[in-house]
Amino acid sequence: MLSRVAESVFWMNRYIERAENYSRFIDVNHQLSLDLNEEVPNQWLPLVHTTGDYELFAKKYSETSPVNVIRFMTFDEENPNSIFQCLSKARENARTIRENISTSMWEVLNEFYLYVKDYRKLYLETNGDHGDTLSMGLSDFLSTVRKSCQSFYGCSDATISHDEVWNFALLGRFLERADKTTRILDMKYFILLPSVHDVGSTLDLLQWLSLLKSASAHEMYNRRYKKIDPTDIAEFLILNDTFPRSIIFCIQEMQEALEKISGLKEGLPRNSAQDATTVYLNRLRSENIKSIFDKGLHEYLDDIQIELNQIGSKIVERFFTN
Amino acid sequence: MFIADYSAKNIYDEMFSNEGFPRKSYDFVKTKMESLGGIELLKRSSSAERALMSLGITFTLYGDGGEQERIMPFDVIPRIVPSEEWINIEKGLKQRILALNLFLNDIYGEQKILKDKIIPRDIIESSTGFLKQCIGLKPPKDIWIHITGTDLVRDGAGKFHVLEDNLRCPSGVSYVLENREVMKRTFPELFEKLNIRQVYDYPYHLRSMLENLTDASDPVIAVWTPGVYNSAYYEHSFLAQKMGVYLVEGSDLVVENHKVYMKTTKGLRKVDVVYRRIDDTFMDPSSFREDSLLGVKGIFEAYKRGNVALANAPGTGVADDKVIYSYVPKIIKYYLGEDSIIPNVPTYLCSEDSDLKYVLDNIHNLVVKAANGAGGYGMIIGPKSSKQEQEDFKELIKADPRNYIAQPVLNLSTVPTLISDKIESRHVDLRPFILYGKDIYVMPGGLTRVALRKGSLVVNSSQGGGSKDTWVLG
Repeated sequence: MLSRVAESVFWMNRYIERAENYSRFIDVNHQLSLDLNEEVPNQWLPLVHTTGDYELFAKKYSETSPVNVIRFMTFDEENPNSIFQCLSKARENARTIRENISTSMWEVLNEFYLYVKDYRKLYLETNGDHGDTLSMGLSDFLSTVRKSCQSFYGCSDATISHDEVWNFALLGRFLERADKTTRILDMKYFILLPSVHDVGSTLDLLQWLSLLKSASAHEMYNRRYKKIDPTDIAEFLILNDTFPRSIIFCIQEMQEALEKISGLKEGLPRNSAQDATTVYLNRLRSENIKSIFDKGLHEYLDDIQIELNQIGSKIVERFFTN
Repeated sequence: MFIADYSAKNIYDEMFSNEGFPRKSYDFVKTKMESLGGIELLKRSSSAERALMSLGITFTLYGDGGEQERIMPFDVIPRIVPSEEWINIEKGLKQRILALNLFLNDIYGEQKILKDKIIPRDIIESSTGFLKQCIGLKPPKDIWIHITGTDLVRDGAGKFHVLEDNLRCPSGVSYVLENREVMKRTFPELFEKLNIRQVYDYPYHLRSMLENLTDASDPVIAVWTPGVYNSAYYEHSFLAQKMGVYLVEGSDLVVENHKVYMKTTKGLRKVDVVYRRIDDTFMDPSSFREDSLLGVKGIFEAYKRGNVALANAPGTGVADDKVIYSYVPKIIKYYLGEDSIIPNVPTYLCSEDSDLKYVLDNIHNLVVKAANGAGGYGMIIGPKSSKQEQEDFKELIKADPRNYIAQPVLNLSTVPTLISDKIESRHVDLRPFILYGKDIYVMPGGLTRVALRKGSLVVNSSQGGGSKDTWVLG
């Protein structure tokens, strides 16, 4: 396949995955804020920190009000990672590779984009900056975004050949997903509790629970563990090799996709992207949650992000530029 | 609203005779539309528009309100060509393409037609479409024009004429195919009852025509697009997708050892056939325009050596120069010994003194066009223009007579068209698509373009035109 096409497929999937994650982040945080009383510290700032776009946010908005954060993350044109921007770019990528995807995939994505675009217009026209009407329809909107992302995946799965195009799609999707799972876990680092005595309190547990929900991991976690416990949650989201949003699962999928792309079975030489992924996967497999916590969870998650970025650059080098 | 109130006077209307009776071919459609009623028709029309929107068959308008995506206006009332008329059109188009192809072979070869003084040599040599670089070139299978979109119009008496030949990168075929899909969803009952000749296999014909250009056993075929910002990008990607071939941009291609390769995730891969949707002179900065950023260095040399096939062949533009167009009846006679089946529109050549004088004196009654203009640019429609515009245009003509032709204003035929909530008459033309491979294939029907502004004769989509589905019955 053309290198340019591989790159567009990869990014199209990253953007869809990102939009899906953002919609869940915002929704969970919104639900959490509805559960908490006013004395609890600001729940919205950590969200902006988590996405890594704090600087841009601070430049544009003077206040971390819920309205501002939601607007920034959903509809802001200047935020390259807002849901609206993700969708615009995913669609633009799809437009440049339409001959490689099925019509039904294109239609799902195109209608999805038109929905977000129309909703955004409506939101900016009617809601403006009035916080009181903010919640109206927000959950429905975010839920439609998630469902549309999933129907895009379902549609890809069922309507295009699982060949190279498909494997580059998986690569983009799982690289993005692994990155977002590290950020979800790291969110707890930014969420300050009112005091150290609150560790293990209802509030603390509520926050951990919301992290699980942000990763859509709540039910699956409950099937595996009996109570809400930070160590167990971290173990589940990092090392559980059957849960599709855990970091180790994502890396496994990437490794498999890379193997198929490189045609290992055809005896072609391995490449650096593949090597890096395998080395890292083996390292993860040898780890346990205790050693991770000993190192410090926040520092450990930083390391994973660096690792993922390196794998990302190797993919770019090997396949997209020639 | 409705069709009962419709009138088309002093004009050839495709649906109604001058006495106001529906023509035979439209009988069923007219009855059906009447029984549906205005409200149902409007409902179906807006659902057709929604379908086009979600299929993403749009173009982007840039204006005050920022970017706006629009669909190409589409009208749900079909244009019908009766099969007995179509048989003749098909024959006429095949004849024309065959003769024009022989003409190109000759012009870039022995130039017998010039030696026999059928066409003045200077007209050929001064044509911007005539590429000296192509002299002596032998394209695969001796075919130059693989894909043609010939524009046809009816005159006031209802007779078809060729308005122009588009022999370079004619576009619009994707609209024909998409319009048809949407029409099938919109009026399934019409398709059940009428025997409408299908068009969906066009991409297969196109692909096998392209495969015919190479001897490679499992050829790699690519559609070459200038990129996503080109106004016909949708069509390029549509055709690549429907044919199941690669869509490439200039930067995806590279020439090594006079062979063309594309850059893939597994390294370079040889390309055998390129359906290019990029102008001749932008194709290769080392042979043509040096400033082309879209082109691929060395592709023309690779083509000359027979290492890659290009469709259409470079150099075909000389045959759709509007001055040379006026010689097509003679070209047909010269190479085939036949009279042309579909006549040209009478044409005045400003390069000839007597014609020039007539054009300058009668510009208010004529359509004057630049020999290499396209898309409705570089032209003036006499009766619709101001005195000042006419004077300005006369100066342009006098400065470069070779570059202008003139034709009488044709009273293009009309078709009933849904305009907001009324049915009104609008002028149309017709662009059938013709493929020249092992045989010559003419798509039954083609793109009917509609001038949406009341009374307007300009059907180009770049000038606000829309389109209709075209049905050949039987």
